[in-house]
Amino acid sequence: MDASEPSPRWEHFPHDADMGIRGIGHSKAAAFEQAALALTAITIDPDKIHPNLKRTFSCEAPDDELLFVDWLNALVCEMDTHKMVFARFHVMINNHQMEASAWGESVDRQRHEPAVEVKGATYTELSVHQLPNGCWVAQCVVDV
Amino acid sequence: MDLSLLTPVSEHEWHILPTGKMRVPGIVYASEDLVREMDHKVYEQITNVATLPGIVQASYAMPDAHWGYGFPIGGVAAFDANRGGVVSAGGVGFDISCGVRALYTGLKKKDIEPVKQKLADILYRNVPAGVGSTGRLHLDTKGMHAMLSGGAQWAVKHGYGRPEDLHRIEERGCMQGALPDSVSDQAKTRQQDEMGTLGSGNHYLEIQEVVETFHDPLSQQLGIQNGDILVSIHCGSRGLGHQIGTEFLKKMVMAAGKYGITLPDRELACAPIDSPLGQEYLGAMRAAINCALANRQIVTHLVRQAFADILPHADLRLMYDVSHNTCKVEEHVIGNQSRRLFVHRKGATRAFGPGHPDIPPDLQAIGQPVLIGGTMGTFSYLLVGTAESMNMAYGSACHGAGRSMSRHQATRLWQGGAVIEDLAKEGILIRSPSKRGVAEEAPGAYKDVTAVVDAAEAAQLARKVAKMRPLICIKG
Repeated sequence: MDASEPSPRWEHFPHDADMGIRGIGHSKAAAFEQAALALTAITIDPDKIHPNLKRTFSCEAPDDELLFVDWLNALVCEMDTHKMVFARFHVMINNHQMEASAWGESVDRQRHEPAVEVKGATYTELSVHQLPNGCWVAQCVVDV
Repeated sequence: MDLSLLTPVSEHEWHILPTGKMRVPGIVYASEDLVREMDHKVYEQITNVATLPGIVQASYAMPDAHWGYGFPIGGVAAFDANRGGVVSAGGVGFDISCGVRALYTGLKKKDIEPVKQKLADILYRNVPAGVGSTGRLHLDTKGMHAMLSGGAQWAVKHGYGRPEDLHRIEERGCMQGALPDSVSDQAKTRQQDEMGTLGSGNHYLEIQEVVETFHDPLSQQLGIQNGDILVSIHCGSRGLGHQIGTEFLKKMVMAAGKYGITLPDRELACAPIDSPLGQEYLGAMRAAINCALANRQIVTHLVRQAFADILPHADLRLMYDVSHNTCKVEEHVIGNQSRRLFVHRKGATRAFGPGHPDIPPDLQAIGQPVLIGGTMGTFSYLLVGTAESMNMAYGSACHGAGRSMSRHQATRLWQGGAVIEDLAKEGILIRSPSKRGVAEEAPGAYKDVTAVVDAAEAAQLARKVAKMRPLICIKG
């Protein structure tokens, strides 16, 4: 990762069996939002998703890292239960509590051509930390 | 993996001597080449598992071991409740009881060829696969509880399959000790429309041809001949298992301090077997095993319906159903003493040797069938457990090849459409809702399954019976 680049972004990093996701942003919340995009991109190109429907999420955990995994798993559960995909996210974090909104739509198998589904976010390579340039990074491996 | 960190005991057995907080050694069963190819993370994960309370004998890795989360994929470890042993949600994984089942068809390749396209199409229509797919069955609360308690027995009772199928499923199709009340409402909701679905990723439904048999008496006893057509189904406990894994990982991480457990890696989240949390997880995990068994049973029924439409003379009998992400209570002889152990197999297959009481009576002389999945363009294998393997890693063997590269790398090297065309030229028909998914699962993205299976046989974990090549592959 190029730590000198300050713009918010997401990326995938390799793992033998599964996939690593990483979000980078100016704040912890922005890093969580970018990581959610990385999660989506495992299954579907986010640009193909129409952000028409809004869902809200609340998570609470003893530390930032568990909170990050909770956030991803809340999304995974919503996606699987209601066959939805999300392309836009807004996260607010206050002392290991978060409120979030996600905008997306129902899976359209023709238009989205979804690839692999995510089973869950893991604690492997899990890290939420701030870089020397002030950017925040949130990452972990997800099971696919 | 750095070979200098291991002590070779034989050509296919490598030991990691206990250091630091390791309570037992690590033991890797693999050829030198396979060990060399393993990521250093596998070494770390084997040694981390060796630090867990109550672990018995060793932390084992199968020939296909690769970097997982917490446990390596291809990891086996047993724990003794009487010695402070633990049960680990991370040691079972998210896709609880993911497994493979194989069906005889009574057909030869010449029977399939004239209707191959049609068969591929009807299988693809009948068996929901891929992201966003749902089954035809919707389970209400009562039905969900009955399914979670009854597994494949519940499915057969409701018309999905035949009573004789149950003889060829581990636990006779029903895992005892399931506690549906320990499964959250969220997990149940996630599953209510997913019964009888394949899922995605490396899960598949294949029509395979037996292209080689080994150790003739064994293949004859299993009723396998060159040219036979088999059906292979690889899927698991779907959203319910994933949600149980997710929830109990967190619960166990948060409770570790209370139980005085120091986790070298949070993904090794565990709880004492006899603790309320340990018992709650075991009840939920067993319910997920039943979900997986019921799911594969329903998929089997859908496959039979597809065959009945165009090949009505086919007789799809169940050969065997194995799970490869489980924790099961088993009796094993340690020293001269029989002990009741909680055996975790993460990406590893149970492979009991001949004469084991948990094997169906008609397979007692042969050993438990072990089904090893390959890729959509390479081979799958049928093996059987050995007497020797019972003294090696609690009667366990490998479960597949493992990836040789990431999904991202695969999509840079291959395009799904081209993969489908290339395989069609080799006589393999692919049906999938996702071309990108096909590219990610391209045969070249996986290690050589033959090398893994040969190592398992050389290590005496299991014996080869047959090699199969796909003719049709339905991918999610």
